[in-house]
Amino acid sequence: MKLTERDSEMLDGVYGEGVALAMRVLVAIGRAFDAEQMCDISRAHVALSNQDADIWFAEKLVAGGAVCRVPPTVNPGFCLEFFRHVPGLTQEDMGTMERTEAAYRALGAQLTYDCTPYLQGNVPRFGEVTAYSESSATPYMNSVYGARTNRESAQSALCAAVTGRVPVYGLLLDENRKGQIHVHVEPRITDEFDYHLLGYAVPRLTGLQTAFIPVFTGIPVNVSPEALMNLGAELNTGGNVPMYHIVGVTPEAPTLEAAFGGDSPGDTVVVTAGDLAEEQQMLSADGGPVDFALLGCPHLSLDQLRAIADRIGDRHFKSEFWVMTSFPAKELAQRMGIAEVIENAGGRLVPDTCIDQVVWKHLAGKKGVTDSLKGAYYAKRRDMEFALRSVGDCVEAAIKGETS
Amino acid sequence: MKAGEASVVGCRGAAPGKASGPAAVSSDAICFYLVDPATGTVIEPGHALEGRSLAGAVLVCPGGKGSSVVQADGLFQLSRAGTAPAAIVVEEFDTVLVASAVIIGVPLVRCSAEDFATIRDGDVLDVDSDQETVTIR
Repeated sequence: MKLTERDSEMLDGVYGEGVALAMRVLVAIGRAFDAEQMCDISRAHVALSNQDADIWFAEKLVAGGAVCRVPPTVNPGFCLEFFRHVPGLTQEDMGTMERTEAAYRALGAQLTYDCTPYLQGNVPRFGEVTAYSESSATPYMNSVYGARTNRESAQSALCAAVTGRVPVYGLLLDENRKGQIHVHVEPRITDEFDYHLLGYAVPRLTGLQTAFIPVFTGIPVNVSPEALMNLGAELNTGGNVPMYHIVGVTPEAPTLEAAFGGDSPGDTVVVTAGDLAEEQQMLSADGGPVDFALLGCPHLSLDQLRAIADRIGDRHFKSEFWVMTSFPAKELAQRMGIAEVIENAGGRLVPDTCIDQVVWKHLAGKKGVTDSLKGAYYAKRRDMEFALRSVGDCVEAAIKGETS
Repeated sequence: MKAGEASVVGCRGAAPGKASGPAAVSSDAICFYLVDPATGTVIEPGHALEGRSLAGAVLVCPGGKGSSVVQADGLFQLSRAGTAPAAIVVEEFDTVLVASAVIIGVPLVRCSAEDFATIRDGDVLDVDSDQETVTIR
């Protein structure tokens, strides 16, 4: 791989050991994928996780004096301020998140703690070269905006943010952005929950476990951002999909032919309403009494919060009702009276927080409802069991204290 | 190949370093999050290496799988507990696995499909990512 003079200086430690470490990681990736050169990035998003490896690596970069040339947005850990007075959390639990925050602050990251940066705060234009980790973010960038990113790991995205550089390979190159398999969605699906089911079902129905680029037809032209957010999150939970096309919707797929870049589309995988129902049935716990609802994997948007408030009306929750959202969406919800409706009903709006965090340990061993297949999958190791329902049905379940 | 003979095949190095160990050959991709750090044992239900320990072995598998976060944390926990594989030989690289191996310091190489297929479970392998060779003994 050809390095510029400045790339070589970064590698040789001229800018400090932290930058050199980041460059070593990127050079190794470039070498592995036969990249010929590196290029600048304009944006980055790091899947901060508050896990041991995350803290260890971020602190190592800090100790080496690294500061991000391209300040990345970051994923949520958990909100220190919100959970400081929630019983059951130990000083050790709080201490880990304090270390994570200190490390990322020292690195100069934008402390957004939001897994949907592509909806607010870190939005690219067509063709921008970026480095995004996080399962819903990578496909949203490539597919919906036509920006370019490989499926970065949390650490490789952080190295890119530190150096401002990425090796040129994979989805940064035109020839690797062609569709590979045609997926026709037979029912006209509009509820955002159906896109959770669709995303999880497609890797199973295609039988593909290695990375692939599906080309969808049958998805309506006015599909909502939240539906596409859910689709990407689940495509990367059920499988490995860094990019997709939707014919007539996403910018690199004006036609089926264009989406395949002139290659033959081959066989078509048809997704039926029955397939989606089957997906829900396979992954969902049974109905019955529910102790809690936990929504917001990925973080719910302002529109979704408004829909929840509208549905609640003046009723009250029997079960615990938790909604994870971004800090800006919570702020707007407070200004607009949406938060008040949810909180008066007994619900809680939680900013800056992920479902896969220690703060939910009080829900272990209990039965919940959620709309997120991804969330339910990751929460298994925290001993939470979920019935999978649409956001609207989750609201009803928490009001009644049970779901059908 | 007779006992005592060694064959040397070329490879592409990703994570640098040299290491030797008995080959643990898997037909399934690996997610290090589903390996028990205390013992290095694969605990993923139905995995080709379920119940086998990777500690000190050269893991030979098609590639990596799992999210951008859990692969690195899984390998980190193994490394900290001293139960990580000595080296990893794959057929396909992916960014997440490459970044994880580089950061945590486990030599990682890719072999051609033909060479990959000649490695038998229990062969002793010398992996040299820097010279880009795998010696099969």
